[in-house]
Amino acid sequence: MDFSYTEVQQMLQDQVQKFVQKSYDFDTRNSIVASEEGYSKEFWQLFAELGWLAVPFTEDDGGLGGSAVDLIVMMEEFGKANLVEPYTSTAVLCGTLIAELANGEQKEALVNSIIAGEVQLALAYIEPQSRFNPFNVETTAVVEGDAITLTGKKIGVLNGEAADKFIVIARESGESLDRDGLSAFLVEADAAGVSRRSFPTVDGKRASLVEFDQVKVDTSTRLGGTGQAADALQAATDKATVGVCAETVGALESLLQKTVEYTKTRKQFGTPIATFQALQHRMADMFIECQLAKSIVMMAAMSLDSQDEGIEKTRAVSAAKSRVGKAIKAVGQEAIQIHGGIGMTEELDVGHLFKRVTALDIQFGDGEFHTERYASL
Amino acid sequence: MNAYFTAEELAFQEEVRHFLQTEFPADLKAKVDASIRLSKEDMVRWQKILFEKGWAAPSWPAEHGGTGWTLTQRHIFATEMGLIGAPEPIPFGMKMVAPVIMTYGSEEQKQRFLPDILESNVWWCQGYSEPNAGSDLASLKTSAVREGDHYVVNGSKTWNTLGQYADWIFCLVRTDNTVKKQEGISFLLIDMKTPGISVKPIVLIDGFPEVNEVFFDDVKVPAENLIGEENKGWTYAKVLLTHERTNISGVPRGKRKLKALRKLAANTQDGFGKPMSENASFKKRIAEAEIELKALEYSELRTLASLSVGKAPGPESSILKIVGTELAQKIDELFLELAGYNALPYVPDQFEDDFDGEPVGPGTTAASALTYFNNRKLSIFGGSNEIQRNIICKAVLGL
Repeated sequence: MDFSYTEVQQMLQDQVQKFVQKSYDFDTRNSIVASEEGYSKEFWQLFAELGWLAVPFTEDDGGLGGSAVDLIVMMEEFGKANLVEPYTSTAVLCGTLIAELANGEQKEALVNSIIAGEVQLALAYIEPQSRFNPFNVETTAVVEGDAITLTGKKIGVLNGEAADKFIVIARESGESLDRDGLSAFLVEADAAGVSRRSFPTVDGKRASLVEFDQVKVDTSTRLGGTGQAADALQAATDKATVGVCAETVGALESLLQKTVEYTKTRKQFGTPIATFQALQHRMADMFIECQLAKSIVMMAAMSLDSQDEGIEKTRAVSAAKSRVGKAIKAVGQEAIQIHGGIGMTEELDVGHLFKRVTALDIQFGDGEFHTERYASL
Repeated sequence: MNAYFTAEELAFQEEVRHFLQTEFPADLKAKVDASIRLSKEDMVRWQKILFEKGWAAPSWPAEHGGTGWTLTQRHIFATEMGLIGAPEPIPFGMKMVAPVIMTYGSEEQKQRFLPDILESNVWWCQGYSEPNAGSDLASLKTSAVREGDHYVVNGSKTWNTLGQYADWIFCLVRTDNTVKKQEGISFLLIDMKTPGISVKPIVLIDGFPEVNEVFFDDVKVPAENLIGEENKGWTYAKVLLTHERTNISGVPRGKRKLKALRKLAANTQDGFGKPMSENASFKKRIAEAEIELKALEYSELRTLASLSVGKAPGPESSILKIVGTELAQKIDELFLELAGYNALPYVPDQFEDDFDGEPVGPGTTAASALTYFNNRKLSIFGGSNEIQRNIICKAVLGL
């Protein structure tokens, strides 16, 4: 048994830490959030140069190995800095889906351009009625000869604004809850019939509502077999879920550290508030929450990297998201409460981290959803 | 033992209901239901309607134009207002400074300030907290130095709610540095238009500048604006804080919110072909919130019964503040949970009065995260819940 990082993982962690410490302070983040693009193209190129965009891919696909443990090492550091770059959408979610489904020719074109930082992608899969069930899909794909017509509405499309292409999950057959019959299509964001309404998210990212109105695509845009995308969609969302769990752990650790620091400097009643045992015990509880969250995310990442059965992996992912969801409420709310009024303001990074973890709780299904999914498997 | 209203009280309840149903403007009700922020004009308009009816100041004695109602009548009125979603008056004038002026102000101050509060002609804000005096309010440093017929005020106040709309501010200021900190504080009324006052908005995490910092730079305040005696301000402020903490349980609001939550749950898909209102786990959590609300409601009624027979208000208000605010936050969490991905968009303009675009997401779901963020303040302001627990420790448990 060995929970230490490999030399390569250690290097990756150091590299990300150095980057965020040197180049990604609170003011920089704020200016990126306020910029037109909503992310830094310059930093995205840097991520490509440093090989970070290759982390989710196997060596066969031209990546650095594709291990989930590598991913959480990096994502945890992203979380600490409250990074807004669309790493999860483009590299993890769409990247994994492409790696799982695409044929040689498609991969060649796509994986290389993801790794090189040349393309932004967004997965359009959630619909108004789907809540957190990725297989609840009513968007249709109707085949006529070589042409396919896509029609439907997607919500919560993260990175939808910057996306050059969407991966659209659509139904070719079956009923709206069936896993069978779902296909993935690669659709140009500016294709005729695609309309998107983009907006900032509460945690400083960008997302879109995307409507596909009789969008014509060629059969060659289908990734994988006809109606066979469900397992890959599960694998991609599971991997991305573990990634955002690690991002959450990083953000929660940041919240704890900032709260502890604040209580040491904030004086009331003639003494630093850190001397009040009522607050000390609550910070000890925050620490415990962070540790449990970190442990279960490691468990889930190791499960994804193992030879476990698919269902075991999915259970591990749900266990992690469920437990992390609990930690989000506990640590996030306490961080604000212990800061008091100042924690409620936009001026301090604590409020922004709180908003980020709240949004991450929703992403890929909240803790309650994953507790139920865990119980149902 | 019983918790029934008398026949007269029931008749009064009926009268209040009828009045609210016919007189609370439909456009304001629509805004409240759609989570759209009410403007100052909206609130003043509603206050003037209440004023015309003679119901503007339920907690004031009749001699100052109040209703002179019993505590139970006030409770019934507040409950019916909360159930329909009619806004309470901004508390700073009506509920905070007015009782202090009535109790400790001079006859001239009463005549000068109370009528405009009653008619909502003048808006007040609160100058209590300072950057280094929050929970430890008595350590405040903003100073007022007497020079002839006026005071010169210097310093800054923070967490000043809606001060950008206020005409007057009531302040705790330090007038003596040489005595125990509680004994050198005075209560001063200051016109916000006085030269030397500047207001800097503080944007909260929901994106709205709900609070401000107020700076005082050699601000000349006529000595006649002092309430009561110099250096007795802390005593007066404590009276005010008791008023701040009554009606804080928010039971009627909680009932209205839970009703809306049930309706929303019935209209929210669970992703597996059923509404969330049939999700066993979610149903259990709504039930838990309702049960907590009942326990809170009956705690409030017990307090009311005890005050009605003339007992002094005790630490009950701390219980109501703690449980009321934490339950309100729990209900916000349930709305957030129901919204799912619809909670992610940050389109705050959508909940402003003048928004004429296409809304993002169904109903008020896109407001749920913002409300959740904003209401974290509930357990911080009005004496943080930590301070309330300290009060219970000291006053009840003798610790």
